[in-house]
Amino acid sequence: MAMNRIRGAFAVPRKGETFELRAGLVSQYAYERKEAIQKTIMAMTLGKDVSALFPDVLKNIATTDLEQKKLVYLYLMNYAKSHPDLCILAVNTFVQDSEDPNPLIRALAIRTMGCIRVDKMIDYMEEPLRKTLRDESPYVRKTAAICVAKLFDLSPAMCLENGFLEMLQEMIGDPNPMVVANSVTALSEIHHAAPETQALQVTPNTLRKLLMALNECTEWGRVTILTTLSEYRTSAVNEAEQICERVAPQFQHANPSVVLAAVKAVFLHMKLVNAELSSNYLKKMAPPLVTLVSSAPEVQYVALRNIDLLLQKQPDILNKELRVFFCKYNDPPYVKFQKLEIMVRIANDRNFDQLLAELKEYALEVDMDFVRRAVKAIGQVAIKIESACEKCVNTLLDLINTKVNYVVQEAIVVIKDIFRKYPGYEGIIPTLCKCIDELDEPNARAALIWIVGEYAEKISNAGDILAGFVEGFNEEFSQTQLQILTAVVKLFLKRPDKAQGLVQKVLQAATSENDNPDVRDRAYVYWRLLSNTSDTNAARNIVLSKKPPIVTTIHSLPPALLEQLLTELSTLASVYHKPPEQFVGQGRFGADAVQKAAIEEQLQNARDNPLAAAAAAAVDGTAAPQQQSNVENLLDIDFDGTAPASAHKEPNGGMSGLEGLAGTPVRVESPAAGAPAPSGSNNLDDLLGVFGDTPAPSANTAAPPNGGAGADLLNGFGGLDLSGGGMSSPPPAGASQPKKTNEDILSLF
Amino acid sequence: MLSGILVFNQKGENLIFRAFRNDCRPRLADIFRIQVISNPQVRSPILTLGSTTFSHVKHENIYLVAVTKSNANAALVFEFLYRFILLGKSYFGKFDEEAVKNNFVLIYELLDEILDFGYPQNTETDTLKMYITTEGVKSAIVNNPTDSSRITMQATGALSWRRADVKYRKNEAFVDVIEDVNLLMSATGTVLRADVNGQIVMRAYLTGTPECKFGLNDRLLLDNDSAGPGSGSGSGSLGGNKMGLGSSKTRAAAGSVTLEDCQFHQCVKLGRFDADRIISFVPPDGEFELMRYRATENVNLPFKVHPIVREIGTTKVEYSVAIKANYSSKLFATNVVIRIPTPLNTAKTTERTSQGRAKYEPEHNNIVWKIARFSGGSEYVLTAEATLTSMTNQKAWSRPPLSLNFSLLMFTSSGLLVRYLKVFEKSNYSSVKWVRYMTRAGSYEIRF
Repeated sequence: MAMNRIRGAFAVPRKGETFELRAGLVSQYAYERKEAIQKTIMAMTLGKDVSALFPDVLKNIATTDLEQKKLVYLYLMNYAKSHPDLCILAVNTFVQDSEDPNPLIRALAIRTMGCIRVDKMIDYMEEPLRKTLRDESPYVRKTAAICVAKLFDLSPAMCLENGFLEMLQEMIGDPNPMVVANSVTALSEIHHAAPETQALQVTPNTLRKLLMALNECTEWGRVTILTTLSEYRTSAVNEAEQICERVAPQFQHANPSVVLAAVKAVFLHMKLVNAELSSNYLKKMAPPLVTLVSSAPEVQYVALRNIDLLLQKQPDILNKELRVFFCKYNDPPYVKFQKLEIMVRIANDRNFDQLLAELKEYALEVDMDFVRRAVKAIGQVAIKIESACEKCVNTLLDLINTKVNYVVQEAIVVIKDIFRKYPGYEGIIPTLCKCIDELDEPNARAALIWIVGEYAEKISNAGDILAGFVEGFNEEFSQTQLQILTAVVKLFLKRPDKAQGLVQKVLQAATSENDNPDVRDRAYVYWRLLSNTSDTNAARNIVLSKKPPIVTTIHSLPPALLEQLLTELSTLASVYHKPPEQFVGQGRFGADAVQKAAIEEQLQNARDNPLAAAAAAAVDGTAAPQQQSNVENLLDIDFDGTAPASAHKEPNGGMSGLEGLAGTPVRVESPAAGAPAPSGSNNLDDLLGVFGDTPAPSANTAAPPNGGAGADLLNGFGGLDLSGGGMSSPPPAGASQPKKTNEDILSLF
Repeated sequence: MLSGILVFNQKGENLIFRAFRNDCRPRLADIFRIQVISNPQVRSPILTLGSTTFSHVKHENIYLVAVTKSNANAALVFEFLYRFILLGKSYFGKFDEEAVKNNFVLIYELLDEILDFGYPQNTETDTLKMYITTEGVKSAIVNNPTDSSRITMQATGALSWRRADVKYRKNEAFVDVIEDVNLLMSATGTVLRADVNGQIVMRAYLTGTPECKFGLNDRLLLDNDSAGPGSGSGSGSLGGNKMGLGSSKTRAAAGSVTLEDCQFHQCVKLGRFDADRIISFVPPDGEFELMRYRATENVNLPFKVHPIVREIGTTKVEYSVAIKANYSSKLFATNVVIRIPTPLNTAKTTERTSQGRAKYEPEHNNIVWKIARFSGGSEYVLTAEATLTSMTNQKAWSRPPLSLNFSLLMFTSSGLLVRYLKVFEKSNYSSVKWVRYMTRAGSYEIRF
């Protein structure tokens, strides 16, 4: 009795879906069996586990009904792993099918065999694969070619032993263009997976064959061949000329991915051909690039990101095409943002009028994010084109007069940058000061306070304004606090009579009531400077030193990265503007390796410079929400169970730090691991970041003349780095000091 | 390349899951559902999580997702997804959740054919339709080895888009020149941007393997073969309009057009076009898009719109919109629709029109003014008034642009004309050709 009951529990249930399906699969009627197979596949798609039906489905493999065969094969591919032993039962059918008179069936058999990832199957693959590679039908050959790549993925050793690689290499000379394309595809896949095989070596002979096949194969085949051509490094001028000449007609292809692949191939080989010819090609590629902007939004987005890269290398190619990039009202936001960036890049002194009118229009829309970027773009144009500045400032003033809160705030941040480049706009300061009560974002408040401090001698009520801020000093964000501190000290140095009390009050508040080390440290520095009696000019020389004007606020990539990304045109790397190692693993352990390296680097940093690392960690916290809102950022979600989520953030942090600092190209080379991801290249927070999180080595490499002083200061204040911003973007705090004052500072200690 | 293709409905249910590589695990479906479908903040079509990249396109009520694990070619991935949609549309009429659910077996079959190991293969609808068929047409040919060899020869051949044995009793070719004219006009009435996206669609019903040559009044082309042969020489005259006239006259009448850029169907020999601007090709059978082009110079705008919009206090907006047709009085546009945006807090509207009908559509915040037939040279006016409800937080109205839709036959905004279409075939049959022109509104927007 008991035995029976136990047996009953293990037996297959007599009811339920699986039971019904099984009944159908073994039915004596063909149509019922086929229907049951369809239902099984349906259940499989929905994520139900129907692997228990494996033997029953397998019984249906020997059929003349092609459709049914395909369904069974589909099932096999999905569940082969769960029943590796039973797969052997299918082998016979596969081998038979691979000799079927019907090429469709031969191809289907070899295609499916490659997808059944079971070791036992591999042993039986050799013969059919060898035969099909030499099949009379090109359709079968092109399928077999891909199958070699599948086999290599499963068992590289077997693939090499049997000489499939050599067979594939021969097939580049196949008369059928599609076979050529697929052979190249398979070879390049193998080559990338295992570079030591040297699977795909382009020789002058293969080059000729590839160029021949290019004009005849399908559009996807063209992409493959064009990509291979652009990966081919030649030093022979005539080869480069030949490639450009044969590839350029592909600019006219209807498929955007072919166009981009052709642009990539020509762009990379163009360097070798003579200047006249290459400028000709540049002219030729402009119209097709513009045409890509009218494709589907997603394709458009990829194209725009690529155009952005091309423009950074060749700023002039789309000079006359500004209007094409005007945003349409119903463009998706990701397209709009990218169009804005490109418009700023192609702005010049002939088209800025048009651009400004357009940007102003955008600034009056309702999408807050877009509006902010539009306002920022106005500022970028002003700094890029000197003759446009006055118009830009007027536009910004118009926008401030709209009194829309976020527009005003962004406009003030932008105007601060304009002040840093051009003198002579002090007249608008009163207008700005009127908005003081509306500013609630730290960025905007900090910007306005910086302006007040910088022009304290020209603003009659500067004292009153700053007094207001000092009043609520402890409620401010630390970023704003730092600016208040600096502005009050500037005011005191310029008009000592008015700010005596104020400066004491603020230093008191910053040193005794504040627990932020940056704020406190800066307050102490000022305090000592101001109480230095041996040289009364020391403070003045340091705080009120003359700052070099900023060059640009347009974000651009460091040249080395740009060069790398240009070889990655139209890939994901070119969309993210990040090297592929950042988001993709090379081979099986690649992603882990990258992570490990990143963790290692971080640890090393921590050892070298504990304070900077700590600061970086602190800032990481504030940077996190920003990363989340920006979907392009690689979210550090771990779902493969391979990497700890915390470890994943570090490469990002390091990378976005680099991007943020890109405004100052000199520093970019230096390792700035763990720096926050600032929204713009020259925002105040970025500059202030210099105090907290630029590691010491970067400061030293960036500013050799100040290096000595910087190191000494680091010893004195621990982590306070005054020299980092001294090159092209001075911290508004006036932290960059002329060399002559170094001694003064040193004498402090 | 691609690791898998997934299809979801709007609720996030996985309708199709086809893995091409073993790194595409079923769990990825849940991740996409959580990270994209149920996350309204996603603003990018590409999302990388860990080392997995999801590229998605939304069509009708389904999401089509491509999963990649490598640094894939993003342009190719999206283009492929769009091609997949195109295939779905031509197979099922409409590619939506219902179609996917009803035809999921066929979709698996298609995916198996158009992608191998994640690499796109032949995606030509006509070729695929020969051996992957819907239930209605039973695949009899497929089971016949000789027929299948022929099919596979074609699927991989240099003319993968055309069967060899096409036969017609009457050889005809229809050419449709369809232009989408885009306009962006500022509130002050200056044209910020005006360009034309044109396409030339051909329906070829021609016997055998015909070689076609196609000529336009493209400036570069005309400069090249100014001494070339006139139209309609020996190979039949172009019907349907004045195109039968000699080329010299046509040119005199129409002038020449500068095309910024053009793109061709893969049947066109690009090398020849690049060398001597001759469009020569062996057409696929039936309908296909021969070329697309872009023109930005001398764009004729078919309609001029003058909107006057006044916000009176915070409770009322007054509109007066005048629209004038700017083409010959012999022609007439059909289905002219003008969408006039209203503030979000519109309570009630009143409209008066001198022609056609106007209606308020609250769900789109629009007044829609429809004119079924708009003859050349005429001018119509709409006056309207929108009453607003008062709102607690008075947010500024973004004033989206006014937009226009229309279609206008026998008119090209760019001035493009087809000069000739010549068909050469071994048997030297004569063929009849028809040309039709149409201009439609692309994004025809007027700010106010």
